[in-house]
Amino acid sequence: MAKEYDIVIIGAGPAGLAAGLYAARARRKTLLVEKNITGGQIALTAAIENYPGIVDINGFDLGQAMQQQAETYGMETAYAAVEAIEPQEDKRHLIRTNEGDYLAKALIITSGADYNRLNVPGEERLTGRGVSYCATCDAAFFKDMEVAVVGGGDAAMDEGLFVARYASRVYIIHRRDQLRASAVLQERAFANPKLSFIWNTVVEEIRGEEAVESLRLRNVVTGEESDLTVAAVFIFIGQTPNTSFLDGLVEMDGGKHVIVNAWMETSTPGVFAAGDVRNDSARQVISAAGDGATAAIRADHYITDTFK
Amino acid sequence: MTKPADVSDADWETDVLKQEKPVLVDFWAPWCGPCRMVAPIVEELADEYAGKVEFRKLNTDDNPKTTMKYGVRSIPTLLVFKQGQPVGQIIGFRPKSDLKKRLDEALT
Repeated sequence: MAKEYDIVIIGAGPAGLAAGLYAARARRKTLLVEKNITGGQIALTAAIENYPGIVDINGFDLGQAMQQQAETYGMETAYAAVEAIEPQEDKRHLIRTNEGDYLAKALIITSGADYNRLNVPGEERLTGRGVSYCATCDAAFFKDMEVAVVGGGDAAMDEGLFVARYASRVYIIHRRDQLRASAVLQERAFANPKLSFIWNTVVEEIRGEEAVESLRLRNVVTGEESDLTVAAVFIFIGQTPNTSFLDGLVEMDGGKHVIVNAWMETSTPGVFAAGDVRNDSARQVISAAGDGATAAIRADHYITDTFK
Repeated sequence: MTKPADVSDADWETDVLKQEKPVLVDFWAPWCGPCRMVAPIVEELADEYAGKVEFRKLNTDDNPKTTMKYGVRSIPTLLVFKQGQPVGQIIGFRPKSDLKKRLDEALT
């Protein structure tokens, strides 16, 4: 038997946690389903300094605090992976997971995005052996060693600066000749003497027997190839939305983001989307949390209007 | 829930390698967020596998020798030992069902 809820939220990042808080405070029976780790992407972020009112907090702690706050008002959490979502004749949706089924009057999708991989030889084999997608988890193992960071956005700079606390030198490898990161992070990155920038360059291969030993690099302007000796490579080259389980349920854009309006309503009545999973997201903790609140408020109204 | 006992570089040999039963060791550090997510799951597993598998945790900050010896460069890492030999490794946070599957595979 499927367990019945008013609102089921899929994904426990800032959008889902904020939606859970608002839904639970609206006294809706609310379930948050998470396949992996509370906090989502921020669970791996060392410092969040741009959430207004909070000067500086560890991302994992912020996620935990948001979850506890929502649970105080009655939100439940289930750790399970969603396998399918099936519309029902009574306008509810059936959510099938590997840990059981749930019925929801309204569904809020906050499944976020996952980091992209380079998809080069050696990457998968050496993951956890010097190939890393989480500087806060792994940087401490490379004290006084030379390492590389791939990427030019906020995440790459943030993590590069974190790695520099431990490593003796951090090579930032970026495929363009300028950074995409916010001005504050760029200023910090350029001012840090441990950071060296390798522009217009991509990683072709990650080499090493038992652990990362070197990178094969290619300059995309000159075509010139070179080797860089490093003990680790931290990869931050953007993200892809987690929407594979939504095919056929809601409309998506070319990048597989869920299309929503300003109320976070998708093309399907009763299904809302919020945070990084939606189109045109600013991809910030604050905007995701705002989206989540908006979606929950709308979902509350939708239930009142639809299930009389 | 059973909290796994701490193991260190000093008692690694006697407490892990010389154990008759298989041992699961949770490599962690206080600064690692995902490690704090894995810990309660490992405690649940310790209950479910009581009598069959020994559970230990090793702080990588305080025990660099063992951390280096097994090439642990990412945490959380769970290593499973049988008669002193590493027979399974799980790197990074995984949901409980995954951990159970991987542990069962390592035990067979």
